[in-house]
Amino acid sequence: MVNWANFISQCFNGLVLGALLALISSGLTIIYGTLGVLNLAHGAMFMLGGYAGWVAYTYSGSFVVAVIAGSLFVMLAGVLMERLIIRHFYTRPHEDQLLVTFGLGIVFVEAVRFFFGSLSQTVPPPASLMGITSLGFMMYPTYRLALLGITTAALLVLYFVLYRSRIGMIVRAGIEDAVMVDSLGINVYRVFMLVFGIGAMAAGFAGIVNAPVVSIAPDVGESILVQTFVVVVIGGVGSFPGAVLGGLIAGEIISITSMFNPGYSYVMLFVAMTLVLVFRPYGLLGTAGRE
Amino acid sequence: MSTRRPLLVEALTAAALVAVPFVLPHLGFSPTTINRILIWGLFGLGFDILFGYTGLLSFGQSAFYGTGGMFAAYLLTEAGFSYVMTAIVVGALVAGVVGYLVGLIALRRTGIYFAMITVAIAEVFFFVEFNPLSDYTGGENGLPGVPTPSFNLGFTMLNFSTDWSMYAFLAFWYLVGLVIALRIVRSPVGAILSAIRDNPLRAAALGHNIHGYKLTAFVVAAIYAGFAGGLLGVMQGFMPPDAFMFDTSGQLIMQTAIGGAGTLFGPLVGAAVWLYLSDFFQNTLHLGATWKLVLGTVFVLLVCFLRRGIVGSAVDLYRLTTHRGKPAKPIEASSVAPTAISIAGASAAAAPMPARKRPTDHVSGAILQAKGLTKHYGGVVANSDIDFTVDHGEMRGIIGPNGAGKTTFFKMLTCEVPPTSGKIVFEGQDITGMRVTDVCQLGLTKSYQINQLFERLTVRQNLTIAALGEIRGRFRLDLFRNIRNIPDLAEQVEHTLALVNLTGRPDTPVSELAYGEKRRLEIGLALATSPTLLLLDEPLAGMSPPERIETVALLKSIARGRTVIIIDHDMDSLFELVEKITVLQEGRVLVEGTPDEIRNNPRVQEAYLGGVHGVMA
Repeated sequence: MVNWANFISQCFNGLVLGALLALISSGLTIIYGTLGVLNLAHGAMFMLGGYAGWVAYTYSGSFVVAVIAGSLFVMLAGVLMERLIIRHFYTRPHEDQLLVTFGLGIVFVEAVRFFFGSLSQTVPPPASLMGITSLGFMMYPTYRLALLGITTAALLVLYFVLYRSRIGMIVRAGIEDAVMVDSLGINVYRVFMLVFGIGAMAAGFAGIVNAPVVSIAPDVGESILVQTFVVVVIGGVGSFPGAVLGGLIAGEIISITSMFNPGYSYVMLFVAMTLVLVFRPYGLLGTAGRE
Repeated sequence: MSTRRPLLVEALTAAALVAVPFVLPHLGFSPTTINRILIWGLFGLGFDILFGYTGLLSFGQSAFYGTGGMFAAYLLTEAGFSYVMTAIVVGALVAGVVGYLVGLIALRRTGIYFAMITVAIAEVFFFVEFNPLSDYTGGENGLPGVPTPSFNLGFTMLNFSTDWSMYAFLAFWYLVGLVIALRIVRSPVGAILSAIRDNPLRAAALGHNIHGYKLTAFVVAAIYAGFAGGLLGVMQGFMPPDAFMFDTSGQLIMQTAIGGAGTLFGPLVGAAVWLYLSDFFQNTLHLGATWKLVLGTVFVLLVCFLRRGIVGSAVDLYRLTTHRGKPAKPIEASSVAPTAISIAGASAAAAPMPARKRPTDHVSGAILQAKGLTKHYGGVVANSDIDFTVDHGEMRGIIGPNGAGKTTFFKMLTCEVPPTSGKIVFEGQDITGMRVTDVCQLGLTKSYQINQLFERLTVRQNLTIAALGEIRGRFRLDLFRNIRNIPDLAEQVEHTLALVNLTGRPDTPVSELAYGEKRRLEIGLALATSPTLLLLDEPLAGMSPPERIETVALLKSIARGRTVIIIDHDMDSLFELVEKITVLQEGRVLVEGTPDEIRNNPRVQEAYLGGVHGVMA
C-alpha cells in the first residue's frame, strides 16, 4: 500500500534530484552542442567541484566561499582541459575524443584519491539552512528545499546567459554552425574555451551544492555521469530545454522507483530511455541531424 | 601478414603461445598474470571487431562479459551441471542473445549516442546483477566454487588445475578465438564492417544492410565477451561480481587503445602492458592505489601521441622499413590477391561493364518514371510537381542554374530522401518510400557530387565493397568465407579498375589519391554495383580540361548497355554526350528537348542569362 505522505516526499526528492541532473546535463549538452565533443570526464567535473568546495570549506568554514571556490576551480579546470588537450582533438574522430575524455576522467578521479583518500567527506549546509521546514502538508529538510531553489536559480542564470546575452547568441550560433561563426570574424576558439568552462562549471557547481545532501567520494561522479547520459538521450543531445525536461523526468523516475525498490531505479530509467529511443529517436526535444 | 601465406599469422601465434611459458616468467610475468592476459585478449578479439573494424565504441562490454560468466558459473555451481566447456559455450550463447536484444536498442543511434546508450546499459546490468538477481548471482559475493575443467579421454584424465595446465587450456581457446576472428575479418562481412566504419552512408547506398552488419558485429563481440567471462570464472574458481562493473568495460577499452585498435592483437598486447605495469607498480614499487593514476596518465598520453597503439605503430613501422605498401591499412584481409593485368591504356578502350545480369523482358519503354515529385524543406520548396520519364538505354542530361533542385531531385530518385508527395516507378516497380539500400539492390544507384569514398581503404577495397553489394545481396552471414574465394568478385573489380583507369594504383589508400583519381573512383563505386540505371551528379565538377576529356570518354563507354542520367554544369560536354536534356529551374521542369532545341530555347537562355538574348556557350 502506498503511503501518500511518503509518496509526496519522494516526488519532492525527485524534483530536487531532477533539477540537479538538469543542471549537470545542460553543462554536458552545451559542450557537446557547441564543440561536438562528448565529455566523458563530466562526472569527474561534478566530483572535482565537491572536493574543491570541501577544501575551501575546511579552510574558510563558509559554505558560500565553498560554493564559489568549487565552481571557479572547476571552471578553470575546464578551460585548461579545453586549451591544453581537447582543442587538439576537434579534427580527430569521435572515438578519440571519447577515449581522451574517458582517460582524463580517470586521471581526475585517481588524482583526488591520491591527495584525499577514498573515504567520503561531508560539507555541512550553512547553519541557517539546517533543520526541517513545514510545508503545511509535510515536513521537508530545509537544505533540500533550498537546493531546489539554488539549482533552479543556476538554471535560470544559464538560460539568461545562453538566450538573453550577446555571448549566448554567439554560443547558440556556434551550435548551429561553428565554421560560419568563425568566418564572421568571431574568435570561435575563445568561445569554445568559454563554453567548455561554463559547461564544466555547471557540473562543478552542482557537485558542491549537492555535497551537504550526498557525501563526496572520488567515484561519486560515475553514477552521475550515467544518469546524465540517460537525461541527454531522453531530452535530445544539444538541447538545453531537453536537458531540463529530461533531468526532471529522470529525477522523478529514480525517486519514485526507489520508494518501491531502489534496485530497480536504473532498470526503470533504462526502460524510459528505450521508449524514447523507439518512439522519438532524437530525444523528446532534440532535432534530427545531431549525432 | 602476406595474403599469399594465409595461415602464417595463425602459425606464428601458435608458436608464440607455446614459447610464452619459457620466456615470459623470466621477464617477471607470473602464470596467473599471463592467464589473465589471455582472457582479456580473448575478450578483446570480439571488442576489436566491434570497435577497431566497425568503428562502434561500446562502453558496455562488461554487461556481456558478466552475463556469460555468471550464466556459466551458475550452471556449474548452483545448478550442478558438470560439463565445464558446455556451460561456457552456453554462457557465451546467452551473452550473444542478450547482445542481440541490447544491440537492437543501442544501434538505433550511432556515434556518441551509441556510446552513451552502452554506458547506461552496462550500468543497468550491474544493478540488476546486484539487486533483483542477487539470489542467482550471489550479489556482491559472486559465485564461488566454479570447478576447473577436466576431460575424460578414456585412457587418461585431462586436468587443468595447476597454473600452467590452465595456461594450456586458455591458450588453446585463445588460438581458437583468434582463428575465428581472423576468418571473420577476412570474410566479405569483415570488409563491409570496415566500410561501415569509414563511411556508413555510402556503404548503405551501395546496397549493404548496414544495420544488419552492425548488429552482427555487436553480437559477435557479445559472444566473445561471454566466452571470456566463462573462462574467467573457471580460471579463478570463482565468478567475481566486478566483471559487471563499468571499470571492466573501461579497462578493456584502454587496453585495446594502448595495444592498437583494428589489429586483433592490440587488446592482447594492451592487456600485457596494463597487467604487467599494474603488478609492477603495486608489488615492486609499492605505489598502492596510485598505480591507476599513473596508468590513466599513460593512457591519456598514448591517445594523444600514439594514435594507432603499440601494434598499429609496429605494423606501420614494419611497412615503412620494408616498403611493403603504405601505412594505415588495417584490413589487410580484404585485399584481393593481385592478378596480373595489362594496362589497357585509355579507359575508353576497356570493354563496357555489363549491366546487371537479370532477366529484363521489357528492354524498351520507360525504365524510370517520376510523377508529381515534390519536396518541401519546411517552407522551402526544393522540387515541385516534377514529371520525368527516362527510357531504357537513354542517356539523359539534367541542367539548371544553382539552386534549381537538381541534387534534391536525384536524392529522391535514389530514395535517399523521401518525397513530400509524388511517385517514382523504376522498371515497373513503385519504389517511392523504399530505402536507398534496396533501390541499389534493384539496380539504381548514383555517384555523388561530393566524393563519398572509404578513405582508409585502398582503391581495390573500395571497389570490392561496391561489387560485393551486387554479388551478395543486401545481407548475408558468410562470416567464415574467404573473400578471395568469391567467384567473379576479383574479375568485376579488375574490370571496373580498368574502366575508370585506376589499374595502376589498386593498392593505394584513397586518402593518398589525387582529386581527379578520387572523382573517377567515385564513379567507379557506382559502376561496380552494375546498375541498370546510373545517376551521375556533376561527374565533371572540379576537373581540369584534360581530365574532362578523359572522363567524357569514360562516360561514353559506360553508357553502352545501360541507362544514364547526368547532372552537370559543363554544357559543352553534356551536349556532346546526351541525346535529350531536361532543364530544371526553381524546382520545376522548365523544358525538355534535344541539345539543339535547348541551346536555342529562349526560356532556357532567359533562365541562365536573365533575359539577355544570345547564343549560349
